[in-house]
Amino acid sequence: MPLLEVSALSIHFGGVKAVQDVSFNIDAGVVYAVIGPNGAGKTTLFNLITGVYRPTHGDIRLDGETIAGRSPEALARRGVARTFQNLQVCMNMSALENVMVGAHLRLDRNLLKAALRFPALTRRDAELREEAAELMRFVGLIDYLSARADAMPYGALKRLEIARALAMRPRLLFLDEPAAGLNPSETLEVDALVRRIADSGVTVVLVEHDMKMVMNLSDRILVLDYGRKLAEGSAAEVRRNPDVIAAYLGAHA
Amino acid sequence: MRTSPYIGLHIVIAILALLPFVLPNSFYLDLAIRMAINAVIVLGLNLLIGFAGQISLGHAGFLGIGAYASAVLPTHFNLHPLLAMGVGAALAGLLAALVARPIFRLKGNYLAMATLGLGIILNIALRNEAAWTGGPDGMPVPALGLAGFELSGDRQWYWVVAALLAVSVWASLNLIDSPFGRALRALHGSEVAARVVGVDVARYKLAIFVMSAVFASLMGSVTAHYIGFVTPGVADFFHSIELVTMVVIGGMASVYGSLIGAVLLTALPQALATFEGWETVVFGAILMLSMIFLPRGLVPTLAARFGRGA
Repeated sequence: MPLLEVSALSIHFGGVKAVQDVSFNIDAGVVYAVIGPNGAGKTTLFNLITGVYRPTHGDIRLDGETIAGRSPEALARRGVARTFQNLQVCMNMSALENVMVGAHLRLDRNLLKAALRFPALTRRDAELREEAAELMRFVGLIDYLSARADAMPYGALKRLEIARALAMRPRLLFLDEPAAGLNPSETLEVDALVRRIADSGVTVVLVEHDMKMVMNLSDRILVLDYGRKLAEGSAAEVRRNPDVIAAYLGAHA
Repeated sequence: MRTSPYIGLHIVIAILALLPFVLPNSFYLDLAIRMAINAVIVLGLNLLIGFAGQISLGHAGFLGIGAYASAVLPTHFNLHPLLAMGVGAALAGLLAALVARPIFRLKGNYLAMATLGLGIILNIALRNEAAWTGGPDGMPVPALGLAGFELSGDRQWYWVVAALLAVSVWASLNLIDSPFGRALRALHGSEVAARVVGVDVARYKLAIFVMSAVFASLMGSVTAHYIGFVTPGVADFFHSIELVTMVVIGGMASVYGSLIGAVLLTALPQALATFEGWETVVFGAILMLSMIFLPRGLVPTLAARFGRGA
């Protein structure tokens, strides 16, 4: 059974059909890419699967269980993590604290115990601090261990979001344009990072415009155009697909 | 690396311990007590406004619930003052939950409007129910005591209130640096980011709002017992605004800012008393200037200038 099954998924915003009748499966352990021209519905698809939007039609199943229309917090409990194309970093906190928030569901969130500084809580927090620092090292943010989030450059914030998502210990990780706005050497680093994450056993779904990175990383690729599924297959298959070539080169032939 | 925020707590405790020995007379002791009471209220309010990013414009209403619970329940129903205080706090918490529950399911900050209305309703109720509350004239509040011991005199009150303040600062610092507190700050920073890591945003907003309402009610009771008299003024809109101003001037999301804001704005009307009739204007001008030149509040601005975390 695939880890994620999406069937006949659609969402309409008024008259705009942002995603229409899209179906695909994602097997556990793969790197799966979603590509397509601007406005093709890639981020909308992510928002649907991660519970930010509620689908108009269709079904989403995680491990066979329907998750369509579930809230993001309910999906977090099921091991679904994501990053955002337009950064969603908590600028009122330190970098390390941003990563620690990712571990929210694994912690004792009791208000009273927190206010009275129960030793068990502070001990767990000290461990978490180490763990979060380790994650920052893993994504290449060792230089920012004691930085405030609002003092970090764009490229570092992109990776901070990945570290926060990893702190959830997810099964399924959605990365929305992890290399957007990065320079070529930073892109190579993110490329290697995604590879390391996939090797650690996390299923990665990625939206990305950098074709070299997509072709290099992905086990399977889904191509969207105007909210519809245009093609799906391995990198080699997608690259040869005439519809995909037409959509990307704008050929009307 | 991280400078411990608890260093400030030791300074606060030291100041609180020494203060009664250096204050020249009971006028200043009384002022110190009122500063400390306001500081506790503002700490609770800052957790809501500064840390969780939710604005309450009716917080004086919750103070009023506590103050009048401590006045009405022992007078008319012969309830023990401590029990009355508990009933008031429970009532304030319940009311906060009832009002906020539907609001936090909506997107956007509607809490300010709802609390504004709530505060006004409570104030009108206190003014009109004269048979119970004494109406606009107010009513006396019985003394606070336990097992034959009665709290009286500014000295005794000072130590009680100082202890409350020290514990509140400690608890606030603990809360902020805990899983609960981080979730609270995260939903302020980015609601959608908090949700995707599993923070039940509506529940956290509700929890902190109820907690700050309970805090306000308890301190309303303390104020009532200390002064020995309550009037509806404790619950009026201008008092709510004054409390929000203390948060903003001291510094949003700053524990020590809450203390500074409460101390300064409690002292300010006293210092302006010589302006006779114009003190409200001067008060307003000072607020405007500090908003223009210190928009983040005193403590965070100074902390940034001297390169330290607040």
